[in-house]
Amino acid sequence: MNTSDIFNFLKPKNELETQGTEAEPENRPRIPDELWVKCPVCKIPVLSSDLEENFKVCPKCGYHFRIAARQRIELTVDEGSFEEFDAGLMSTNVIDFPDYTRKLKNAKLNSGENESVITGIASVGGYKTVIAVMNSEFMMGSMGTVTGEKVARAFEYATENRLPVIVFTVSGGARMQEGILSLMQMAKTSGAVKYHSDAGLLYITVLTDPTTGGVTASFAMEGDIILSEPKALIAFAGPRVIEQTIRQKLPKDFQSAEFLLEKGFIDAVVPRGKLKDTLTRLLALHGAEKTDGEAADNERN
Amino acid sequence: MSAIDCVNAARSNDRPTAVDYITRIFGDSFFELHGDRRFADDKAVIGGIASLDGMPLTVIGLEKGRNLKERMERNFGSAHPEGYRKALRLMKQAEKFHRPVICFVDTSGAYCGIGAEERGQGQAIAENLMEMMTLKTPVLSILIGEGGSGGALALAVADEVWMLENAIYSVISPEGCASILWKDSTKTAEASECLKLTSKDLFKLGVIERIIREPKTVDSVMFDSLKNLIAQTFKKLNAYDTETLLERRYDRFRKF
Repeated sequence: MNTSDIFNFLKPKNELETQGTEAEPENRPRIPDELWVKCPVCKIPVLSSDLEENFKVCPKCGYHFRIAARQRIELTVDEGSFEEFDAGLMSTNVIDFPDYTRKLKNAKLNSGENESVITGIASVGGYKTVIAVMNSEFMMGSMGTVTGEKVARAFEYATENRLPVIVFTVSGGARMQEGILSLMQMAKTSGAVKYHSDAGLLYITVLTDPTTGGVTASFAMEGDIILSEPKALIAFAGPRVIEQTIRQKLPKDFQSAEFLLEKGFIDAVVPRGKLKDTLTRLLALHGAEKTDGEAADNERN
Repeated sequence: MSAIDCVNAARSNDRPTAVDYITRIFGDSFFELHGDRRFADDKAVIGGIASLDGMPLTVIGLEKGRNLKERMERNFGSAHPEGYRKALRLMKQAEKFHRPVICFVDTSGAYCGIGAEERGQGQAIAENLMEMMTLKTPVLSILIGEGGSGGALALAVADEVWMLENAIYSVISPEGCASILWKDSTKTAEASECLKLTSKDLFKLGVIERIIREPKTVDSVMFDSLKNLIAQTFKKLNAYDTETLLERRYDRFRKF
């Protein structure tokens, strides 16, 4: 018997604390691995059903696991209110880039999606809004022509129909495999955002881990209100690129959401569990249209 | 010329830089303006007002420097956020005084460093992209050397984009591409081919309107003909009413 066992005996049993620790006796019945997820930050195993219930946030340390775009939509919009735009739009290997066709095929298989962003219309807390959610499971959320096209169309739809836009970003940046055409998406999406903005409409961005490169340098940073999940990496150049350029180690938490908040580049860091309420409040404060057709109070006054 | 030859030519130290273009095209009429009014004067960006055959215009360039001393001062043409904000300030000023804007683009990319990130490199570029799209005055951008990704695009949301014959324009450096693709940053020749970054490729893709032929050695003939082309183009662009101008600009990028 080692010391941990003594403490186990003294303390009330807490599965989260004892499971998977070094003190675990070898003859203990094995639990299938997929039921447990080890938090990469606090290293404590979490029951995956608990994790799901907690919006995929570690109940112990608050680490926000990455979540797929579909799940993000589920967490954010009112049940059954999401209508998708352009679900069938798919990238092709436009500049005949080596291995891109295979990569696209794998990305589709891995993510179950056709592109790195899902767009559509939904209601959030009863308010009608256009929503775009990027997907880290599709080529790390990189922006290709179809990504840019879907984002631009979503903004154009919102401008035409006088609706707010909420965008959840997660991206490694522009998609190298589409060469210069992916760079052009930065200008294209920024143009669509600008016309939406000039029409006096609300755009909220929610930055999630990681948001970098060409997406940071375009629509991610163009919101009227920019929110971020805690500890998300938000960067133009990724930490590795900077370390290679300046040949020194970066300070801890450099380019974290909290760091950007301090530097004045985002409005608020909002934990995942509070995002829906926060978005609802902001939509209400901007007089967003209620889904039952009634304008919110601000609009009537 | 192969793609890697273009990359090498575009990066060559013998190549004319933005300052050369400004001097050779606008001569003494160029009056330099400094600073972003927020943080500093970024020397990687040169800007000011000049006159072209009696027409005032705003001139902005990404300047690499012509010798080692200058290159150090100019941070090798890699701008910080304050550089992009300085450029935007001058563009807004051009809009106010109804004069067209010409940008000479030559950069390996926006600077990657601690200060650049702290002061919002991504935000600065993003703002330029947005604001340039609806800048109510004609904008012409000419890629004279390297067009490195977002750092180049931040001065190239224009009504027309031209490229010198041996300039390059790319979403990522060939080195960066090679190290991601093949984990080998020396395979730049292959990567350069894949990226379709030469003026010919980009003309075919519709990303640029015009290729400026380069003589073997740069001479006044090239600058003179470029000067005429610029004057003609602004005459043409000035003829559009603002609404049409901005619609054309939006459609120009919307098509990609």
